[in-house]
Amino acid sequence: MAIRRGRGVAAINYPTGMNLGGDPTQALVHSTPTGNFMVTLSSVDLGQGMKQIMAQICAETIGVPTDRVVVDTADTDTGPHCMGTFASRGTHRAGNAVIQAAKEARQVMLEVAAEELEVNASDLETDGQGNIQVKGAPQKSISIFDVALSAHFKRGRSISGRGMFLIPRSYPEKETGAMKPSTCYAHACTVAEVEVDDETGEVTVLTVKNVFEIGRALNPKMVEQQLVGGSWMGISHALYETTEPYYPNRDHGGTDFNQYLMPGPGDLAQTEIIVLERPSADGPFGAKGPGEMCANPQIPAVANAVFDAVGVRIDTLPITPERILRALKAQTTG
Amino acid sequence: MELRKDYFADVRKDGLHEIGQPRPRLDSPGHVTGKTAYFADRNFPGMLHLKMVRSPHHHARIRSIDTSEAEKHPGVVRVLTARDVPHNVYTILILIQIGPEDETVLADGKVRWKGEAVVAVLGETERAAQEAAAKVKVDYEVLPAVFDMEEALKPGAPLVNEYHGQNYYLYDSGECRKVRFGDVEAGFAQADHILEQSYQSSPIEHAPTETTGCVVAPEGNDRFTCYTNTQAMFFTLDNASIILQMPGSKLHFVGGTVGGGFGGKVDVIVEPIAILGAKLTGRPVSFVYSREEEMQISSPRAAEKVVIKDGVMRDGRIVARKVTGYTDAGAYSRHSPYGAQKGAAHYPGPYTIPNVWIDTYCVYTNRTPSSAMRGFGVTIGDFALEVQMDKLARLIGMDPLEFRFINAYRDGDMKAHRQPTEGAALIECMQEASRAANWPVAEKYMAMSSYRKGA
Repeated sequence: MAIRRGRGVAAINYPTGMNLGGDPTQALVHSTPTGNFMVTLSSVDLGQGMKQIMAQICAETIGVPTDRVVVDTADTDTGPHCMGTFASRGTHRAGNAVIQAAKEARQVMLEVAAEELEVNASDLETDGQGNIQVKGAPQKSISIFDVALSAHFKRGRSISGRGMFLIPRSYPEKETGAMKPSTCYAHACTVAEVEVDDETGEVTVLTVKNVFEIGRALNPKMVEQQLVGGSWMGISHALYETTEPYYPNRDHGGTDFNQYLMPGPGDLAQTEIIVLERPSADGPFGAKGPGEMCANPQIPAVANAVFDAVGVRIDTLPITPERILRALKAQTTG
Repeated sequence: MELRKDYFADVRKDGLHEIGQPRPRLDSPGHVTGKTAYFADRNFPGMLHLKMVRSPHHHARIRSIDTSEAEKHPGVVRVLTARDVPHNVYTILILIQIGPEDETVLADGKVRWKGEAVVAVLGETERAAQEAAAKVKVDYEVLPAVFDMEEALKPGAPLVNEYHGQNYYLYDSGECRKVRFGDVEAGFAQADHILEQSYQSSPIEHAPTETTGCVVAPEGNDRFTCYTNTQAMFFTLDNASIILQMPGSKLHFVGGTVGGGFGGKVDVIVEPIAILGAKLTGRPVSFVYSREEEMQISSPRAAEKVVIKDGVMRDGRIVARKVTGYTDAGAYSRHSPYGAQKGAAHYPGPYTIPNVWIDTYCVYTNRTPSSAMRGFGVTIGDFALEVQMDKLARLIGMDPLEFRFINAYRDGDMKAHRQPTEGAALIECMQEASRAANWPVAEKYMAMSSYRKGA
């Protein structure tokens, strides 16, 4: 009887979106009288940070700091249609809609600034700090604050824009299955290192090294929070979680967090996250949807590591101590 | 976290002002100080609480329902049964023309899983509603139930759902969604080794911090405002409009700030019945799942069975892959026909294999309906595929990581569902993992690229 070490690897990809039903999201953007920008959506922030990312995408596109943007979501009386937050689609689909709306608003903003500065709008650029200036002559500039005031009270212009992103529906071909169910793919490779106690069947995940390719880390801190959380969830799926522990038997289902187990703070693996960025052709600033993908590769990596450690394959999830002990017993008696 | 900017630097423009910057989240201070308003923070004078009477049986005919004692219980305002629901038989994907309607808002004549909603009780307090729910008398005739997918697919198995007529979802392609690419039998015939293995998962709970729920307030002008934690605002509004036979203009949904979803809040379950309660009583209604309901009543991730048969050459090339996937939908469709189909497009994984055969089935059993969850249609498939890859590598005596390089897809490769690969990055992820985990592979693999010349 001993503690045995093993390691395993898994590599995966993951699709963005769900266009087997058509995949639309819309956005509206407008400026306030003093040059702050409102993004109006009906997209849902599940806690992952949708509002913050939409604010940064709008800010980058208009050319203002992020704290000048307010995101108003989700109210069906005011927000235009969004299919919903699922299928790793939120940032990608809504982000594209916000870019289109923000571009239209930016164009009006530049036109008003051009009138104020008596130049062509095409000769203007934003400095990212809240000012519009003439390309090559930054001393000739006007604040976005003053441009918005002018638009509202002097020029009678609405600095606003409409954005729509739609992936048209794909119908699978009946005989061959030819279909286009998604757009860009995110990627991952995970190496997990485990210890398995061959007396108790208990698995300790020592380290997980996750490499994720996500197109573009729009906000690296928020990417980190999502990827670390996803990595934890993958380990939890591999070793702990089910509502029916003896599936297909329907009994013994957990009804609270005492019975439905997940790894606690003492069970956390040492987690390493490495991010690569290959911008997608159709994503907002190249972003892909990593929200679901990041919880997948740990499951097979842990399963493969358990085999590497004790030489038994557990092909049924979750990989519980009971299943490991039964497999070890079968191995010795078989 | 480490951002490795050296990869793909030639195709990426860095140096943007706001994008790529680790800005602090503007909503974080509200979240961590408890000031963010969630749906359950809405409290209205006179608000009623809705509790469900649920089926204690996996499969049963309802002979009769007697609500008289419950209605007399102190604090009970209204008791709802199937006949109160204008369009009681529904299915959520009808919005994208994926039918048939196969599920009841409140059970009518039959229950098909343990926990199915039968009667809704509206009380002045949660306690009154709960106590009255216990007084509803339902006379059941218990029917044989089926829990195992293979059993369910056998002739003579108990029929789970009459709206389908058989225990699987009927696609336009037949009993399963199919992908056919190359000639899989010819591939097996040329293979040096064949390995067929079976993988299984069990249902998994989303476990959000905030359970599923909503608060509905009548606005006094024949409109109803529904404060909800749905993941899809208009999807839920439009389904509620169908179920309640109310114009969408009468419905106002407010949400967008949710305490965790993971796919568990894309079914349309609590809103329609709560709006109906508000309409019939003229009072605000709160319907919030208990933790027990969240874990055993709300849809889990489906259990899946995945059978993979591979033909592999001694040099490491996979020449044929046949996958049969079974998704346990439970008693009703919800999103499962879509998930099984998504799985068909995901196999055979991020590898270029010339001969592929995929069949994915959506199977009905007498258990809690499953539905979407993070990684829908893919997560369990990836578990099966990547354990299979490990087994194949060991079968031919090859390093598991090097074996994946040999088969990894690259730009321009045709996938089994006939889409050319674009923007591949699997090879680079594996190269970086090799370095980070100190898992050396041969130099020729470290020199590979997802790019193809001219692609």
